[in-house]
Amino acid sequence: MSSRLQIAFLAFLLTAIGFSIVWYKVEVLNIPLFPHEKRSIYTIGAEIKFQGKNKSALISMALPPVQKGITVLTKDATSAKFGFTQAQTKNGERAEWSKRKVKGEKQLFYSIDVVIDKYANLDAEKDVIITVDNDEEALHDFTSPILDAAKTLLRDVYEHSSDAHSFTALLIQEFTKEPSSQTVKMLLSQNNDDKLHLLYRLLRYQGITVRKIRGLYLEHGRNNRSLVSMLEVHNGNSWQLFDLEKGKIPKADNFFIWQRGGPSLLDVVGARDSKITFSVNEKRIHAEKIAKQAKVLEEAALMDFSLFTLPVSQQNSFKHILLIPIGALVVVILRILVGVRTSGTFMPILIALAFMQTSLLIGLIMFILIVGFGLIIRSYLSHLNLLLVARISAVIIVVITIMSAMSILSYKLGLDEILSITFFPMIILAWTIERMSILWEEEGAKEVFIQGGSSLFVASVAYFAMSNTLVGHLTFNFPELLLVILALIILIGTYSGYRLSELIRFKSMV
Amino acid sequence: MFFVNPFTLKKRGILGMNRRNVQYISKFNDRKYFPLVDNKLKTKRIAEEAGIAVPRLIDTIRYQAELKTLKERLENLEKFVIKPAQGSGGKGILVVLDRDKDSFIKSNHERIGLKDIHHHISNILSGLYSLGGKNDVAMIEELVEFDPIFENYSFEGVPDIRVVMYKGFPAMAMLRCSTSESDGKANLHQGAVGIGLDMKTGRALNAVQHDTSVLCHPDTKYGFSELQVPHWDKILELAASCYEITNLGYLGVDIVLDKNLGPLILELNARPGLAIQIANNHGVLPRFNLIDEQDKYLNATQRAAFSLENF
Repeated sequence: MSSRLQIAFLAFLLTAIGFSIVWYKVEVLNIPLFPHEKRSIYTIGAEIKFQGKNKSALISMALPPVQKGITVLTKDATSAKFGFTQAQTKNGERAEWSKRKVKGEKQLFYSIDVVIDKYANLDAEKDVIITVDNDEEALHDFTSPILDAAKTLLRDVYEHSSDAHSFTALLIQEFTKEPSSQTVKMLLSQNNDDKLHLLYRLLRYQGITVRKIRGLYLEHGRNNRSLVSMLEVHNGNSWQLFDLEKGKIPKADNFFIWQRGGPSLLDVVGARDSKITFSVNEKRIHAEKIAKQAKVLEEAALMDFSLFTLPVSQQNSFKHILLIPIGALVVVILRILVGVRTSGTFMPILIALAFMQTSLLIGLIMFILIVGFGLIIRSYLSHLNLLLVARISAVIIVVITIMSAMSILSYKLGLDEILSITFFPMIILAWTIERMSILWEEEGAKEVFIQGGSSLFVASVAYFAMSNTLVGHLTFNFPELLLVILALIILIGTYSGYRLSELIRFKSMV
Repeated sequence: MFFVNPFTLKKRGILGMNRRNVQYISKFNDRKYFPLVDNKLKTKRIAEEAGIAVPRLIDTIRYQAELKTLKERLENLEKFVIKPAQGSGGKGILVVLDRDKDSFIKSNHERIGLKDIHHHISNILSGLYSLGGKNDVAMIEELVEFDPIFENYSFEGVPDIRVVMYKGFPAMAMLRCSTSESDGKANLHQGAVGIGLDMKTGRALNAVQHDTSVLCHPDTKYGFSELQVPHWDKILELAASCYEITNLGYLGVDIVLDKNLGPLILELNARPGLAIQIANNHGVLPRFNLIDEQDKYLNATQRAAFSLENF
């Protein structure tokens, strides 16, 4: 087979495979092709890390309670070679992983898919409230002068309040106002500055029905978070949420309670250095299909090997990685079909990725500033006749210095946007500076502006392509479209016609 | 209109960058032969072995330690050129025209001492002028005394003749003259003038600077219409003979005319550019296609004669 025929066949095959998987996903699995008219499914992932001590281990984690306004679609525990059970305790459900011999670093994942639904579990929180009398035990470890001070504070707050809710609000206010009173300082220092637990104990002492709440906000693309702690107080009629800084707050629709009451989030026996982090990832799915979704996805073999089976934090990284081929396609089109000269073949893609974090305008300004400063300093370095590797390393350090200086300066001036400068790829910037300064010496300033300007132009086009919501939706939900992009790039790679720029270049000949 | 109709370009047989890369360079130029032309020292060695005329190599300096004997090495030299073996675009070339005891006179009549030459060679060795900063070798070559016929067409530099070769046949040629803008370098995109040459006679056809037509040299103001390159048959033959030593199907050959020695190969290029078509106001593809139709084996002299007759 001739190479042209092979290429055509390969491109056809790749496109056909790509599109048929897309068709299957849209028609059979009901994954929407366009990112509109949808509801969000949030995948919340808990990631537990610990070091085994070469003996048996039991890891127990609190599981979220049934709650008003949120429906749980699926629950999934990934537990490599660990035994997994769910246990009911006095303080709610817990997930328990166990294993005889645990050695080295281990990771456990637990993830649930939830949707926000105003009408879900409306009577979930109408449980029976047992009111307690003064719980003298709550402050048993306080020495008598501190206990007296605490009592005075509580009496004072009690005088000014009408019920348990206003009592809690006033007490929190005592702890947040500046400057804080002597009593508050003393109490805090006695309690290792754990404000939540101290308030909890004080309220218990006062005989108020209170429980600790740990939860997280359902927002897209949150990685490596810990839970937000709050207090919930019952006044005989209803529960009320209290934030430690803001006092009384309504429960936000997107606040998901992971643990309600109970002593600890994570109990680990037989291992050390345990750590738990959470991530939240948003998928947008047709509203009417959510219920169907949960069932079909579990049954489809194809989805067993999809990106959705990865831990949530990895899914978030893949969202970015899957956009890179789009950037590559833009570069291929602009270089081969249009004939734009850029400095460094794929530098514009990396710059575009940085722009996605910084926003376009700020990114452009920062890029020009860093490269401009870098060129000035590099022109001095060139007088020193350094060897290449040493020269580039020196430029890298210069770039980092410029970046830190800009961050500090802008922070002092209150320009927070510039802090995102850290997203710029430093090594690539250093190479760009090096290449541009050589270009300056060899071809003159004009060529530097042409190539620098066109690199930024390509980066901006790539940025617009990559930050498009439809593109983001398609690449992440239909990664098989990569095959179609591959086919397209292979086809463009065989293009031997004129570039757009050559239609101008050869104009004088016609 | 701003853009040209691509079909008009196609009809005129103009070769574009994509087609050059896909159908000529990657098809006819085997990458393993690239070092032969990218390193001037290797080019010179294989050219000399094949009996092809090149400027004589006087000396090479490979290591910094050899610089200790630089004074003795330059003892009997009056005029010479020092260049990096892997330099490109005329960078790092030092031309010494004359010598006055311990001081040397450069091409722009500036006087320099042995210490300056020492420093220059040291820079070459550490890779200042080579692609990617690789360590390099300094070559000391005999100075080419360029043919006085070009005196009016060049500003502070040696004009050279670029012949683009396809499968060993000279396909198109141009004369490249440095200008004040190109800083004495015969490099078209730095502002040198390219003059297309008639393949039958070596006469000037058309001249361009920055891809637009010019009638006379921008510095010396001499018109190009009278220009005719001498030794034309010999030049084409010399260019054609480079095919056997490099095996590169798409090749650029740079030739200088020495007053006494005649045409000499200065360097070879495995990725010659497309500006030569603008200088000739003629697409290169019709000629390539004619060469493709020629399937008999021909030696270098016959190939040069073929081009002389047909283009």
